[in-house]
Amino acid sequence: MANTAVLREVTLTLPMVADMEIAASKTATAMAEFMGLSLDKVDEVRMAVVEACINSFEHSEAADSRVYMTFAVTGGAKPEKLEITVRDHGRGFEPSSVVEPKIEEKLKAERKRGWGLKIIRGLMDEVKIESDAKGTTIIMVKYR
Amino acid sequence: MTDTLKVTSRHVGELAVIYTEGYINNQGGEEIAKAAYQLIEEGRKKLLLNLEGTKIVNSIGISILIEIIERILEIEGKLGFCRLTPTISKTFHIMGLTQYASIYADEESGIEGLSG
Repeated sequence: MANTAVLREVTLTLPMVADMEIAASKTATAMAEFMGLSLDKVDEVRMAVVEACINSFEHSEAADSRVYMTFAVTGGAKPEKLEITVRDHGRGFEPSSVVEPKIEEKLKAERKRGWGLKIIRGLMDEVKIESDAKGTTIIMVKYR
Repeated sequence: MTDTLKVTSRHVGELAVIYTEGYINNQGGEEIAKAAYQLIEEGRKKLLLNLEGTKIVNSIGISILIEIIERILEIEGKLGFCRLTPTISKTFHIMGLTQYASIYADEESGIEGLSG
């Protein structure tokens, strides 16, 4: 079994206010750069974090109006994996009920939003969503 | 926390190039839409969005870009993007925007591509 350890971990609590996702993206950038990701991968992580934060801000209706984030770099001799957890204490949702947006339908629709999860899944290597009536956790992984 | 997106434009023949500088969130998207609809009102049917000055976008801002694409399709015009970061370009591909708007490496090739 590979010898892996947490090489660096940062936790962040953000109030759900406009543009606070940018603060989260700066921490994501610092962690991705620490593990030596390519510039393109750093940028992908940054954008996925922005989308995960916006999802919580827009949809969670969390009474505490907070998003709780953990950024963990793990590996052996070298950093190998960045795992980012974005958690809220909101109303939750059923992930399987989310209809994947399609551009041809969105062009005709009045509501053109709803792209966050699709973008996150497209930019990160692994994405897991856990959600119930107590809140939602999105776990996103990027490998070196 | 973030400054308002700066939007400028210039006319190149029958086409207009829109330049952005800053974060394309909902306010930024609205600023681009305002500029685009003004240019359409003035009779421009071909728009090139040069995003060289934008390093980050979010899905709400992109949703407003989809509204602009819808408007351009209604008037049988053309919309293109140029100077995108690799991640913004990848995001546009993920969302399928490239089915309705071309992506060009630079402004020169965008102007040439949309002029045809």
